[in-house]
Amino acid sequence: MTDTTANAHFFQKEEHHEHHGADHKPGFFARWFLSTNHKDIGTLYLIFAITAGIIGGGISGLMRAELAHPGIQYLPMWAHFFGAPAGNDAALHFWNVMVTAHGLIMVFFMVMPAMIGGFGNWFVPIMIGAPDMAFPRMNNVSFWLIVPAFTLLLGSLFVSGGTGNGAGTGWTLYAPLSTSGSAGPSVDMAILALHLAGASSILGAVNFITTIFNMRAPGMTLHKMPLFAWSVLVTAFLLLLALPVLAAAITMLLTDRNFGTTFFDASGGGDPILYQHLFWFFGHPEVYIMILPGFGMVSHIISTFSKKPIFGYLGMAYAMVAIGVVGFVVWAHHMYTTGLDVNTKMYFTAATMVIAVPTGIKIFSWIATMWGGSISFKTPMVWAMGFIFMFTVGGVTGVVLANGGIDNYFQDTYYVVAHFHYVLSLGAVFSLFAGFYYWFPKMSGKMYNEFLGQAHFWVFFAGVNLLFFPMHFLGAQGMPRRYPDYPNAFAKWNAVASHGYEVMTIGMAIFFVNIIWSLIAGKKAPANPWGEGATTLEWTLSSPPPYHQFETLPIIDAEDLHGRDRRPPDRV
Amino acid sequence: MNPAARNLRTGLIAGLVACLMVGMGFAAVPLYRMFCQQTGWGGTARIDEGATAPGSVGRIVTVRFDANTNARLPWSFAPEQQTQRVAIGARQIAFFDATNLSNKTVTGSAAFNISPDQSARYFVKVQCFCFTQQTLQPGETQRMPVVFYVDPAFLKDRDNDQVSEITLSYTFYAVDQAPTQG
Repeated sequence: MTDTTANAHFFQKEEHHEHHGADHKPGFFARWFLSTNHKDIGTLYLIFAITAGIIGGGISGLMRAELAHPGIQYLPMWAHFFGAPAGNDAALHFWNVMVTAHGLIMVFFMVMPAMIGGFGNWFVPIMIGAPDMAFPRMNNVSFWLIVPAFTLLLGSLFVSGGTGNGAGTGWTLYAPLSTSGSAGPSVDMAILALHLAGASSILGAVNFITTIFNMRAPGMTLHKMPLFAWSVLVTAFLLLLALPVLAAAITMLLTDRNFGTTFFDASGGGDPILYQHLFWFFGHPEVYIMILPGFGMVSHIISTFSKKPIFGYLGMAYAMVAIGVVGFVVWAHHMYTTGLDVNTKMYFTAATMVIAVPTGIKIFSWIATMWGGSISFKTPMVWAMGFIFMFTVGGVTGVVLANGGIDNYFQDTYYVVAHFHYVLSLGAVFSLFAGFYYWFPKMSGKMYNEFLGQAHFWVFFAGVNLLFFPMHFLGAQGMPRRYPDYPNAFAKWNAVASHGYEVMTIGMAIFFVNIIWSLIAGKKAPANPWGEGATTLEWTLSSPPPYHQFETLPIIDAEDLHGRDRRPPDRV
Repeated sequence: MNPAARNLRTGLIAGLVACLMVGMGFAAVPLYRMFCQQTGWGGTARIDEGATAPGSVGRIVTVRFDANTNARLPWSFAPEQQTQRVAIGARQIAFFDATNLSNKTVTGSAAFNISPDQSARYFVKVQCFCFTQQTLQPGETQRMPVVFYVDPAFLKDRDNDQVSEITLSYTFYAVDQAPTQG
């Protein structure tokens, strides 16, 4: 969208004229604690997500250490450290606590805040040419709800969850384990944490929907809107429709636990399977919530570094809509072994496989965008290509698991763990890193170190594949999830996986070195460091953008069909 | 309409949708129960209190009775007959015996289930002790009847071609609070 009528100088001329113009910032406390500025809130969300990611990633490190060898090595020690009573049960309970905490932290406090709160807040308003979000104060509320939510979840680790300290229910909080199976306040705290995080996300979703529907710059029709904004729009709708159902389900858990209701208790006429239906009616759209913004980012990055407009723009946008819609009618593929009859399984198998069609459209369109392009393999581009590879591997195993018959054998094995880590831990996280490197110069005003970025990619890529690929073998051979111990036959690939974690940690260390180095000594970033391929509005602003952008709204050229008929450079 | 009012309207509509979905989440509880009763999902038997059986159609199916109690209920509970050969379509009666083994008065209520799932919708209960709570004095034994018939449509359902035995299972739970049996 270089064809917009203005450049950085145009949008920012205010600040040259008077000091109280676009770049006047409030003091430190008011700016960061009472913030209503979408860029500052985006930054807060990113810092929050990185912090949560370190904690959630650290927990997975503990789990890989325990799983590196057969037998129980460290669990009793860790359980003791967290104040659990002595004994084997409490130690084993602590394993469940780690599994639960890792899942909840990564889903609700790392991926979602980074994708939607972080990059969504930062770039959706800029990309659609809006000065800020529609409800800036509500945006602030969204962020400050997620902080106490996280605090509650972390606090739940230190209070009784029945067998030992902490909530050991798994991220799915299935009844009856989460109701009559877990005495003590820990599970209540975890449920309230999810309530707060859910409320935060619903407010955020309302904000994004309003912003995108009402605040697009003149000429920016929905069909000219950048794909990242499209992806956040679809995500916001999924949040709006799915999260309230989770809220209802976990509220029922809470009343079952504390107020004597029997929604999920057979002795009072309830049904624990109903909880699973409600949870997965939320849970399946949730996995698309985590990946769709990544789809949007990757589209921009592939297009930018191939110096070509994205292949099949409309198809890409509506593929995301299709994924969102179909995502609501496939939930019971998480419940194949709960006693569904064969016709129901047939439906859910078929519906699940249908999702491979729009997803395939996206994969092939990314490849078609690169085809014949003038590709430069900068750090964001290698991450985006890594994303396509990883997500395709995870997608293929997803099609395998979609089969109700196969799932009888694979459910709750490491094959499933490998599948969802390839699409989420690798798919979503690779897109997050791609977006982070892509927009780091824009957000910070400093260039990152290209060598460290490349090193981060290759070390991380090798590490996570070593870590997760062997889990396919382990699962296919029948190793179940959620156990701290396993027969000796599984020792080799578990050892490989744990070494993979070590390699990945080195990759993460390079990442943090890169951030610190770049913030201190990085070269000053130009408005558009990526050249002619970067066509969206954020590249027309300085790096970092002014505190208030677009006091004069950009006008989107009627000729601009999202770059499809971009004029030759000499006419720009 | 000025931009702020437009934003407020869109935001309120979106907020309303979210509230509606919370309502849908709770509405799922009665809807799910109705759905299970209509379709026999998850082994939910059909309840048709006081209905008259259509009469035997000359085919036979075995009905097996299973009875167990929740660990917190100090009762013994067993069917008088493990299996019955049942004429499809004909009205049948089966008896269960429950004994209070404790020295306190105890109230229990029974949950029930049909296996296999696909046969549940053809298993019609006309009268059952499980519809109400049962109170037993210390040491008391009660003989409890269940009246049922197997709907002849059972024979026409291809999913039930392979079914030669239907199991009716009961679990007695102690009643701490008013149950919402369905």
